[in-house]
This record gives sequence, structure tokens and C-alpha cells, in this order.
Amino acid sequence: MNVTIFLLALFDGVSYAALVFIVALGLTLIFGVMRILNVAHGSLYAIGAYATVSLTGFALSMGAAPILAFPLMLISAVLVGLLIGGPIEVLLLRRIYNKPEVLQLLVTFAVFMILEDVQRLVWGTQPYFQSAVLQSLGNITVLGVTYTVYQLILLPLVAVALLLGLRFFLRHTLNGKLILATTEDREAAQSIGIDADRVFLLTFIVGAILAGLGGALASPTTSILPGMGADMIVLSFAVVATAGLGQIEGAALTALMIGLGRSFAIYFWPEIAVLVPYLIMVLVLLVRPEGLFGSPAARKI
Amino acid sequence: MKKLLLTTVACVAMPMMGFALDKPDSLKVGMTTFLTGPASVFGVPARDAMDILVANLNDAGGIDGVPVEVSYIDEGAGAEALSSEFRRMVETGGADVMFAAISSGNCQTLAPLAEDLKVPNFLWDCGTQKIFEEHDYKYVFRTQANATPEMLAAVIYLLKVKPDFKTLAVVNQDYAWGRDSWDIFSTALKAMKPDVEVVGEFFPKFGAPDFSTEISRLQALRPDVVLSTSWGGDLDTFVQQASQRGLMNTSTFVLPLAESSLERLGSALPAGQIVGARGDHYFLHPERRDDADFKAFMTEYEEKTGSVSVYSVFHASQALAALKAGYEKAIADNGGTWPDKDQFVAAMEGLTFQGLGLPVTIRADHQGIEAQLMGTSVQTGDYPFATLENIMVFDGAELTAPVGAVSTEWVGALDASFMDGLSISTFDK
Repeated sequence: MNVTIFLLALFDGVSYAALVFIVALGLTLIFGVMRILNVAHGSLYAIGAYATVSLTGFALSMGAAPILAFPLMLISAVLVGLLIGGPIEVLLLRRIYNKPEVLQLLVTFAVFMILEDVQRLVWGTQPYFQSAVLQSLGNITVLGVTYTVYQLILLPLVAVALLLGLRFFLRHTLNGKLILATTEDREAAQSIGIDADRVFLLTFIVGAILAGLGGALASPTTSILPGMGADMIVLSFAVVATAGLGQIEGAALTALMIGLGRSFAIYFWPEIAVLVPYLIMVLVLLVRPEGLFGSPAARKI
Repeated sequence: MKKLLLTTVACVAMPMMGFALDKPDSLKVGMTTFLTGPASVFGVPARDAMDILVANLNDAGGIDGVPVEVSYIDEGAGAEALSSEFRRMVETGGADVMFAAISSGNCQTLAPLAEDLKVPNFLWDCGTQKIFEEHDYKYVFRTQANATPEMLAAVIYLLKVKPDFKTLAVVNQDYAWGRDSWDIFSTALKAMKPDVEVVGEFFPKFGAPDFSTEISRLQALRPDVVLSTSWGGDLDTFVQQASQRGLMNTSTFVLPLAESSLERLGSALPAGQIVGARGDHYFLHPERRDDADFKAFMTEYEEKTGSVSVYSVFHASQALAALKAGYEKAIADNGGTWPDKDQFVAAMEGLTFQGLGLPVTIRADHQGIEAQLMGTSVQTGDYPFATLENIMVFDGAELTAPVGAVSTEWVGALDASFMDGLSISTFDK
């Protein structure tokens, strides 16, 4: 195999995986703690992207420097988490933690559908594109191929930082430890005085912020348009399911596998590129139905 | 006895009264268009344009004094919902004429349904050339071109402005249009310039948010020409990412649907790329921009929507123009009285009408013959986005497969001399 081609496919795979991982991270965190597969995660991703484009567009029209888009991305993500994620948990999910999983899935799916229409109402149907921040970072030429610094360097760095940051948060801070304890055994945690409702709310908001951040970070690279959330939820679910639901480090690894698989497919067999994430998922789940890193759980019922 | 006789006479006379129908209170039209989903980049402008055009038509007295009333059906709801809405609008909604559809798949579903329901239907925007090549319809007409002249115009323009290119790669959406348009384009290219080497064929999935890997691959392959018949958000993303990473400095892009993305792409589409418009559709149409009706509409459309028009706006105008011209011809053929459905259908064949573009003629197989406009992008500074220069307007009749011919076979039998005999009007800008 030609080394140059191999390296190029590697770069493309890593930068793609970084973005998928950031979105999958929030999804798997929420599932790990709350045992809810949040389909509305896709909408939060899309709204994060829309909010970033609107805020950045506004800031640029006021004469701000493109680099200011970075704090605006963070602000958009936090707004998505607090203003949309928070109410979803408090008003809807809190009522259904003890209900069957099918119902939980239906409720988050309903939220997803509602939010899809909300996006259409607010932002219309025409695609948006706002890449000033990506262009401000410039390009880098590797092996005769030009990459954007944003996609080749920044996105993977952010993904690694988020992975390490979340690990640190869960294992070395009080709030993180409360989350871990509640994940381990909710009733036991409550019996020693942990406020499980608060932990769930915190988790859901953090997960929603991660979805919004994924959208915010994706926004300079892609057209923002209705339906973008549906694609992302399917792909990040493939990542999360392959890793084993709730496995954070596993999600990083499977995102990488899927990203690399896809980019190598585009180099060597473009016809199957679309299939690759799902082929990997099927192959893994055939051998390990609980996912690569999942452990077989005792069924509640 | 006398009463009975009168009633009998009345009953016998009833069927014959079709020849002298009273004018209806209104002419009801049902139009399918994408109001949701990715293709709403075409569907919503077309609806906005139709609203303006119908209001103007009715202000000017409608068709022979009869106002036109348009109701819309969302194609984004899926083929099944669309079929039942279509049926409902015809059977209980009283639609006299239907305009359907944007999606080729929907056209293929609805054309036989319109035939069953015996309702005149205009294929007002869809591209597939297969409809009249594989079927014979009485009630179905196409008020615009099909994929064959659209792709042929792109091939010929490319060969005219860049005759010496050696390699080409394609990046099309992975669905019927992406595949079919590549079939026609590559068949025509191989027929007219057999020495071209196709170095890459990529069909990323419809709605793909990222083409970074394809662009890296293209940068390594360094093709002279990159073709993409993508549209909407997919095309915007592809062009933006290619432009960001300098691919457009090394390869010439051929983008047969980019007219519909010019305004959204802004400065991201650099000069020197080949742009098509699925017909002679361009808000600065060189042969129409000085005409009063064209200017008035463009101003009104821009004021109402805040955007310049795109090709689907022209296609909407053509469907309405065909409706008006068809009814006027049928009325004239019918001695000045309102025609019935079959008289209207009979009038449609061979009809010539003019929307916002050049005149369009309906051929014997009900296919519309429409001129094709191609140009090269240029950033002049007059607009905050790319406009076209070195424009060629092709005669649609010469680029459309003859009646009864199958496009891919007809195109495959062409050779380089085909280009020489074409009548092409050229404009600097």
C-alpha cells in the first residue's frame, strides 16, 4: 500500500472521527448515567450548529473578528444545554424514568420531531454556511494535499481534550463522583443522601452541551440545514452501540474505527463508504452483542 | 307527456353540452412542491414565485376572465402521502390541472396516477428523461427540458471552453439523479471525446455533511475537471470545502446545477468554474433581462423573498404560462367557449408558450423543448456572489433525443462532429 495514500486516509479518518466522537460522547454519557437513549440528541446537535451560525453571523456583521466565533460556539453549546436540555429533563424525562424503555424512546423521538419543526420555524429551509472562523485559521499542506488547520488539527485536539476533561471530571471532582455513584446504583446513592434528581439534571445538561458543541464545531465545515440532526443521531448511535452503551473511552475508539474505516473505503472502494460504519457495527455486535466494551447486564425484568 | 318528452330531450342533450361548457368560477390547480426537506431550496422559491405569478395573472383578468387558484402539496411528506394527497385533490378537491412534481421519483409515481385519474398533469420540474421514453401518456406533459439536454449542454460547453483536458472525476449524490445524470454525462463525453480518462467516481450519500475525504482524494488524483451534479446543501458544502482547501485552483469544476446555489455560495465560488441552470434560467438571462415582464418579475420576486430567483422559479413560470397558453388555444379551437378537459389536452400538443425564459414547445411525445444556458463563474463585485460570463445559450431541440429515441443510446451514438452543427448564441456576460 502506498504510504502517502495511507497517511492521507489516516488524516481524513481522524478529523472525521473527532467530530463524530464529540457528539457520541454526550449520547453515551446520558445513556450511561440515565439509561435513556436520547434521540433528541440529534436536534440538540443541529440547534447548536444553527445557533452558532446565527450568533457568528451577527457578530461578524457588527465587525467582530472571526476568531471570536470560538467563544460564541461555547456560548451556543451552553445555551442549548441550559435552555433546551434542562427543560427536556425536568419537564419530560423526569416523569418517565420508571416507564418501559420503548416509551422512553418514543418520548425522546417525539421531542426530536418537535425540535426538527422548531428549527424550520426559526431558521427556515434554506441552507446556511458560515465558515469565517475556519478560514481564519488557514490551511496546511501535507504530502501535497491541502487541509484546513481547523479540521486536521483543531477538531482532533478538541476531541482529545473533551475525552480527558470528561474523565477528569467524572473521577476527580465531587460532582463527577456523584454522577458515577448514581450510575452504579441509583437507590444506594439516594440512601446515602445523594440528590439523584440533581445528578440526572446535571448529566443531561452536560450531555446536551456536548451535542450542541458538536454542532457548533461542525458548523464551519458544513451546510446547516433541516435534517442534519437525523444523520448525526444515526451515526453517533452506531458509534455508541458499537462501543457498548455508556462506554466513554470505548466511544472514542469506535469513533476512530468508524472514521478510519470510512476514509479508507473512500480511498480504496468508494462505493461502500456509506456502509462502512454500519458494517463495523454489525460485525462487532454479531460477536459481542453488548458492544466492544460493554459488559453483559443482568436484565431488570 | 310533454314534460316527459322535454326531460328525455334534456337527458339526451346533456352529454353534448360538454362542447359549450359554462366558464367555471375558477380554474383550480394543484401543485406538488417541496416545502420541507433538502429540496425545499427549490420548492419554496417555486411556491413563492407561483404565488406572485398567479396574483399578477388574476389581476390582469385570469385566463379568459377565469381566475386561477393554486393549492400546494408538500412533496417532502413522502411518495405515499403525496399520492393520496394528489388523488384527494383531484377527486374531491376539484383540481382541473395538476403540476407535479420536483422529484423524478415522484414524477414517475404520479404520471401514471394522473393518467388513471384522467387529469392533465404538467411535469414542471423533475429531470428524469425516462418518463416519455418508456411510456406513452395522454394527460401528462412536461413544460421543461429533461436530463439529456441539460447534461449534453454541460458536456458541450466544457468541450468548447476547455477542449484539451485529459482527466475527469465525478462527485455526485448517491441517488437516482446523481447516478442517471452521470450516465448521460459520461456516455456523451466518451462519445464526443473518447480519450478522456475518468480517474475517480465518488457517490457520497445524499445529504452528506462532509466531503473532506473525497476532496483529499481528489487533491491526490489531480483531475483536470471535477464534475458534480449535486444541488442544495450538498453542493454548497462540497463547493465550500473544495474552495477552502484550494481544490478549485487546480481543477476546473463543472456544476450543472450551481445556478441555484450562486447567491448562497457568495464569494466561495471562485471565478472560472462552469455553471449550469437546468435550462435557460438565470436572473440576468442575456436574452431576457431587458424585457419589461422579466425585469418587473425579478424586482417583485427579490422584494418579496429577499433573494434572487433560481431555476425552479423559471420552471414554475413555465408551468403557469403553459396553462394559460393551453387554455387560450383550446378556447380559440373551441370557437371562443370554455373547453373541456379533452379539448385542453388536445391543445397542449405542439403548444408554444413563454415563461420567464425563452419560448418552450411541447413536442409530439409531450416532452418540452427548452433552451439550455451555461456559463463560467466570475466575481465582478457587482453582486456579493458569483455571476456568469462567457454565456452560451443552446437550442433545446438539437440537444434533446428525438421522439421515440432512448437518450442513452442516442447520446452514445454521437461523435465529435455533433458539436459543429449546433446553433449556439454566445454572450460575454
